[in-house]
Amino acid sequence: MTPPRDVAVVAYARTDHQGPAEGLSEAEALLPVLHDALAQAGLAPGEADFTCSGSSDYLAGRPFSFTLTLDAVGAWPPIAESHVEMDGAWALYEAWVKILTGRADTALVYAHGKPSAGDPRDVLTRTLDPYYVAPLWPEPASLAALQARALADAGHTGEPPGPTPGPPAVTDGAAAVVLAAGDAARRMCARPAWIRGADHRVEPHALGLRDLTDSPSTRLAAERAGAFRAPVDTAELHAPFAAQEAVLRRALRLDDTVTVNPSGDAAADPLMVTGLIRLGEAAARIHRGASDRALAHATSGPCLQHNLVAVLEGDA
Amino acid sequence: MPENLTAPLVVEFPFTRSLGPVQSAFLTGLRERVVLGVRTRDGRVLVPPVEYDPVTADEIRDLVEVATTGTVTTWAWNPSPRPRQPLPRPFAWVLVRLDGADTALLHALDAPGADAVRTGMRVRIRWAARREGAITDIACFEAHDGPAGHRAAPHDGRFPDPVTSLTAPARLEYTYTPGRAQSRYLDGLARREILGERCPSCHKVYVPPRGACPTCGVATTEPAAPGPRGTVTTFCVVNIKAKGLDIDVPYVYAHIALDGADLALHARIGGIPYDRVRMGMRVEPVWTGDGRHPDHYRPTGEPDADYESYRRLL
Ligand SMILES: [Zn+2]
Repeated sequence: MTPPRDVAVVAYARTDHQGPAEGLSEAEALLPVLHDALAQAGLAPGEADFTCSGSSDYLAGRPFSFTLTLDAVGAWPPIAESHVEMDGAWALYEAWVKILTGRADTALVYAHGKPSAGDPRDVLTRTLDPYYVAPLWPEPASLAALQARALADAGHTGEPPGPTPGPPAVTDGAAAVVLAAGDAARRMCARPAWIRGADHRVEPHALGLRDLTDSPSTRLAAERAGAFRAPVDTAELHAPFAAQEAVLRRALRLDDTVTVNPSGDAAADPLMVTGLIRLGEAAARIHRGASDRALAHATSGPCLQHNLVAVLEGDA
Repeated sequence: MPENLTAPLVVEFPFTRSLGPVQSAFLTGLRERVVLGVRTRDGRVLVPPVEYDPVTADEIRDLVEVATTGTVTTWAWNPSPRPRQPLPRPFAWVLVRLDGADTALLHALDAPGADAVRTGMRVRIRWAARREGAITDIACFEAHDGPAGHRAAPHDGRFPDPVTSLTAPARLEYTYTPGRAQSRYLDGLARREILGERCPSCHKVYVPPRGACPTCGVATTEPAAPGPRGTVTTFCVVNIKAKGLDIDVPYVYAHIALDGADLALHARIGGIPYDRVRMGMRVEPVWTGDGRHPDHYRPTGEPDADYESYRRLL
């Protein structure tokens, strides 16, 4: 299916420090990132037709924590605004659909995460099946290690995994992108990163029902996003744990001709922001002329539970 | 610059969830040391059971009993268990396909070390001594060298006194960081100073400051010192005593526009009977003891402010 409108990522900004954001509220950490992205697109705060954000109350430890960041976007007088309790990649998806359906021509999408406020090893267990799994409190690294073992047993990766690795370094941060349609996109950006397709699919929620060595949901999302219609030169993959990259490479049919994760390792990025960073980095590579057709992937949940794939292209 | 303030924040919540017929039968079964699965229309047996076929979305209710022995399909050694995990000593997380089932169940395996665990090893359920109808009625798995258990056998899922709901207590500990603007504000209050911040674009003064102007979307970095006196813009009478709060009802809680501020803050009004408080009344903060913020605001005795002077702050 060809999208009914041309929609592009025209601007992208992110925090680039590692570790906790000492002494800053989420709105304060977000503000310079928003200004950077808006300035690239030539938009004033509050000027985008639609604003959509991704974050998690569980990470922040506060109900409706996203409302506090609305001060940073110039939300008064009221703006058209929405939020996903997910990685910002899904906020981008919502904004893309909003523009495709003609309800907006421009959108500001942002994500923020402050995992240093709590302990993600405990917090993320609360996203699991509340009947059969959450009462056992298995941390994400352990679940990923079950997947890594299954991959090694099946011969998909070399070395069998050692003991469960410690938690990934906890980094706080934020990212923002601006989306725009057609001529607006061309005005805002010399080489817009056109979103040729995007789709997201989810696995059955019970881990034991899944083949942990494969990711049918990633494959289906890629198919529906049009990823297999032509080769990509770049792929930005969201693999929170190293062994998962092997699953994604196979599901997405990436061979050695594809540059994978030129922006760096997704495991180092802030929770709830990582997926949006993958999309933003793929777009930025197109903006710079370093890629003509790129795939971006985002994931959510244990062992690659829920997967989003987008295909971005630059004009020749 | 003041220190970066932080405070411990504990969030505790006991979620109570209803169980449908399938989950109720499974969890009640665990209490009775019986493991139930559910059979899909194409004959696969899912353990733990789900209510809808993940492939066809068919509603599935055909319960079967499977064995309490099984095979490890994958595992991960957990050298440092977290407090609420199934075992207090190092253990292996395992996915176990019970004999008679086609899918695997996540749980802990009690083992002396990673060397004692392998994919394909035979294990059996070790039941918890006290069982209440929860996944934790399985204390853990343990190594088992006996023969394979029986095939799946039909079961009606009926037990006396079935479990119909599940209470899942959770406790998460956080460190709250109010941020640069609010840290500065709280630090000032502790010195009995009220510090606001001015928007560099529209020049509005925000107190308490939140770090950004919601109209302009820019950082409010210019300091401002509104008040300390202000005007009651609106108020309510509180007739219900809050838990753990040592204030007699009725009392008045008010929005107060400090002189020079463009946003009203809220505080309790004291030093005057509750039914004498009025819009436009002039008030000032009262600090008591070594409190880090004003205990309440009291009348200054000045004439009431003209309505037009605070109308835009209502
Ligand atoms: Zn302003």
